[in-house]
Amino acid sequence: MTLLHEKTRRALPLPASSGCVDRPVLKERGQQEVFCGLTGIMWLHRKIQDAFFLIVGSRTCAHLMQSAAGVMIFAEPRFGTAIMEERDLAGLADMNDELDSVVEKLLARRPDIRLLFLVGSCPSEVIKLDLDRAAQRLSQIHSPQVRILNYSGSGIETTFTQGEDACLAALVPLLPPEPDSAPAALMVVGALADVVEDQFGRLFDQLGIGPVRFLPARLADDMPPVGPNTLILLAQPFLTDTVRALEERGATLIQAPYPLGADGTTAWLKAAADAFNVDAETFETVTQAPRKRAERAVGLHRENLQGKRVFFFPDSQLEIPLARFLGNELGMSALEVGTPYLDKRLMAHDIAALPEEVTISEGQHVDKQMDRCRAARPDIAVCGLGLANPLEVEGITTKWSIELVFTPIQGYEQAGDLAELFARPLNRRTRLEV
Amino acid sequence: MQLTLWTYEGPPHVGAMRIATAMQDLHYVLHAPQGDTYADLLFTMIERRQKRPPVTYTTFQARDLGSDTSELFMDAARDAEARFKPSAMIVGASCTGELIQDDPGGLSKTLGLPIPVVPLELPSYSKKENWGAAETFYQLVRTLAPHGPEAEKAADAAPSCNILGPTALGFRHRDDVTEIVGLLEAMGIHVNVVAPLDAEVRDLLALRQADFNVVLYPEIANPAAQWLKRSFRQPFTKTVPIGVNATKDFIREVADLAGLDEDSALALAQSRLPWYSRSIDSTYLTGKRVFLFGDATHVIAMARVAETEMGFKVVGLGTYSREFARDVRDAAKLYDCDALITDDYLEVEAQIQALQPEMVLGTQMERHIAKRLGIPCAVISAPVHVQDYPARYSPVMGFEGANVLFDTLVHPLTMGLEEHLLHMFRDDFEFNDAAGPSHLAHGTVPSPVSEQDNAAPVHDQATAVTPEDQDEIIWLGDAEKELKKIPFFVRGKARRNTEKYAAERGLAEISMETLYEAKSHFSR
Ligand code: SF4
Repeated sequence: MTLLHEKTRRALPLPASSGCVDRPVLKERGQQEVFCGLTGIMWLHRKIQDAFFLIVGSRTCAHLMQSAAGVMIFAEPRFGTAIMEERDLAGLADMNDELDSVVEKLLARRPDIRLLFLVGSCPSEVIKLDLDRAAQRLSQIHSPQVRILNYSGSGIETTFTQGEDACLAALVPLLPPEPDSAPAALMVVGALADVVEDQFGRLFDQLGIGPVRFLPARLADDMPPVGPNTLILLAQPFLTDTVRALEERGATLIQAPYPLGADGTTAWLKAAADAFNVDAETFETVTQAPRKRAERAVGLHRENLQGKRVFFFPDSQLEIPLARFLGNELGMSALEVGTPYLDKRLMAHDIAALPEEVTISEGQHVDKQMDRCRAARPDIAVCGLGLANPLEVEGITTKWSIELVFTPIQGYEQAGDLAELFARPLNRRTRLEV
Repeated sequence: MQLTLWTYEGPPHVGAMRIATAMQDLHYVLHAPQGDTYADLLFTMIERRQKRPPVTYTTFQARDLGSDTSELFMDAARDAEARFKPSAMIVGASCTGELIQDDPGGLSKTLGLPIPVVPLELPSYSKKENWGAAETFYQLVRTLAPHGPEAEKAADAAPSCNILGPTALGFRHRDDVTEIVGLLEAMGIHVNVVAPLDAEVRDLLALRQADFNVVLYPEIANPAAQWLKRSFRQPFTKTVPIGVNATKDFIREVADLAGLDEDSALALAQSRLPWYSRSIDSTYLTGKRVFLFGDATHVIAMARVAETEMGFKVVGLGTYSREFARDVRDAAKLYDCDALITDDYLEVEAQIQALQPEMVLGTQMERHIAKRLGIPCAVISAPVHVQDYPARYSPVMGFEGANVLFDTLVHPLTMGLEEHLLHMFRDDFEFNDAAGPSHLAHGTVPSPVSEQDNAAPVHDQATAVTPEDQDEIIWLGDAEKELKKIPFFVRGKARRNTEKYAAERGLAEISMETLYEAKSHFSR
């Protein structure tokens, strides 16, 4: 079985300067069934431990947050919504005062907060409430105790994981400058579970790569410095604006696939190792044991997953790297890979690893896509929460894409878990006799 | 501007979705951005509905603003009609749609669709979910009911009624309807239409055929029932049949409206609650201090059950349904307490802390508050979560509903009793968690890992409970720290597996490497 796998495996293109990979993309326009960028707050507020996310929005925004959170387990979450009301919409001057007093109340209640994000929503964007100005004004009042930034998580501008991009991009101006004379430093960009971040930290350390910093840091005061000798390695594929902002501050992007699966993680580490001139022998010595472990863990699921056909609805932007992982490391075949939007530069390596016959679709017309999915009868469909049960009823096994965002899946030690996330729903199907 | 951490009600267009989703052949075209599609999961995940809600969202984006958002709306409405072939359509805007002022109602008129289209004006910045549901149902009834044939009735026909108010995503609506239909039919009353739950559009045209209306959920059905009374002289019921006594009152009220004999109808009364409550095992329920919070209907009805049928003492109650504040205040007077009218869950929490009740009857929100405060709690009202849709039949209305309520209200208290026992024995060495596991020598409480002390071997006293053969295995400091980073709900399993893995290989120490070796070994 291992032999078969070796044959079907496609070589993962390692860092090369090839730009985008040109291939036809099915562009669709219609009902887009994807969360808005506000949803990123769900993991960002756990990641940055002294930050609070204040959405300036409507009851809908507040309701989205608690519905997507599923369970309300936090005594007092570090996010909330300043709900605009009828009288706020009457006059703008009034609205700024209202916002100031909400912030005042909030900060008095939560003296532990060091970083406050004012998060714009569709309503605040449509009425052109200037949160840039509000953040500056409030910063003057509350600094140095609290820094106040703003970004938009609105559904008219951002989908699901783009909210994290907007948040991190807003953090960039805050990063301390690193002088031209500083030695090369690695900045890993994109929120990762703490446990994954620490694993990567140790690997880079063993490879002799350093200093290594992570954006976002766990505390507001620990955000990493940036300068012309900063090399960026993306841990997440949806960070277009953040990369642009970091590049404007002199940083350089290391082109790499994303660290999903054994091969993905190896290629990702290799890209960094090459940028830091780590010799091949050291690289092999450091990565060999965990890579073998990851391959073994992934291999346990190959029997169940090999040859299975998967259909991705657009959701988290992780679809393309995931399809690459499932194809290359588990022998699955992707029928359609939907993505809310396509950044060909940041996806270059992962797209190149997808076979030509795989349809990549960008945007969404949910009804038409459901029709295509029904016609294709995949073995498993990756989709959002709103679509999962209706597809299951029609006999199509599903994996909720949101679980792929909330679960640690990156790196060697999580490769087996990632495979398991796809194996479990299929496994369940075979068990049930009702 | 109101600072909100959690909300009791969604926006009014979610109320409209509850009506559209409840019905079989109605479609809702909603002018809204993509993020608003989250609302689908309320129905498909929480309520486990098998179909997507019949809602088309226009999902306009920033780049559409000012140019062709109205075009987008018209295309969406036209396509939805063609694809889904509904019998009628409701059209409207979410909070953002409202701001761009495209007038979905006016636009849809110009389309000349072959079905009735009912425009909705749901002010998102002042109203909420239940209001939106009530307004939507009222607009549908008002628009469609007059087109039905006039009531005509044979002199010997049985009395008939409609049941109004049950929706999708309601608290036990599905089973309440079954229970009350059964009760009414047993009384010899013909149930003409149930709406909106499972109704077809044409059923709304038949509403006027009934003699009277049964309002199960006033928050949702009152405006429609009042309009039907004005327009077709159909009286409607005021009693919500929750609890034994309220169900009896309901029977009397219905018998009166239907011209039936009250006493023979009351002979139907059959519930185990009265005996269960009188049996001596229930003595410990006496005078339990309870606090209630939820929608007005359920809080008012459940307070009566708690006080007069369970023998509890109501020490406080409240609602987030501001539209019904007066009724809730009146109810509070019956129990000599104040009514809390708020939609700020922090105020509810403060009230619960101040009153120190022995039990809370509330929503999912209060369940979390009560859990934190260590107070037993039962959920009696929306907002709901997936566990509020049990697989078994469990109404809260009618006589079976009273049985269900008895169980529901007693169940957390038994749990409470067990917890109480645990508290009592807390200082017993076997229960006392500060004493450490019994296989460790007394008095040697291991020190927690400190930052400076990375390599020191440590026992985790909270989880290391399997003694004997594993006594020897030592967790090295950084492996232990790594373990702590694993989410708590799988940490215990990770620890056990790693120890088993180490034991099988005769390892004396667990390093980080061992931890991950074990993880990959067991990964499947
Ligand atoms: S799509 Fe817009 S209005 Fe809807 S929840 Fe997201 S930010 Fe709020």
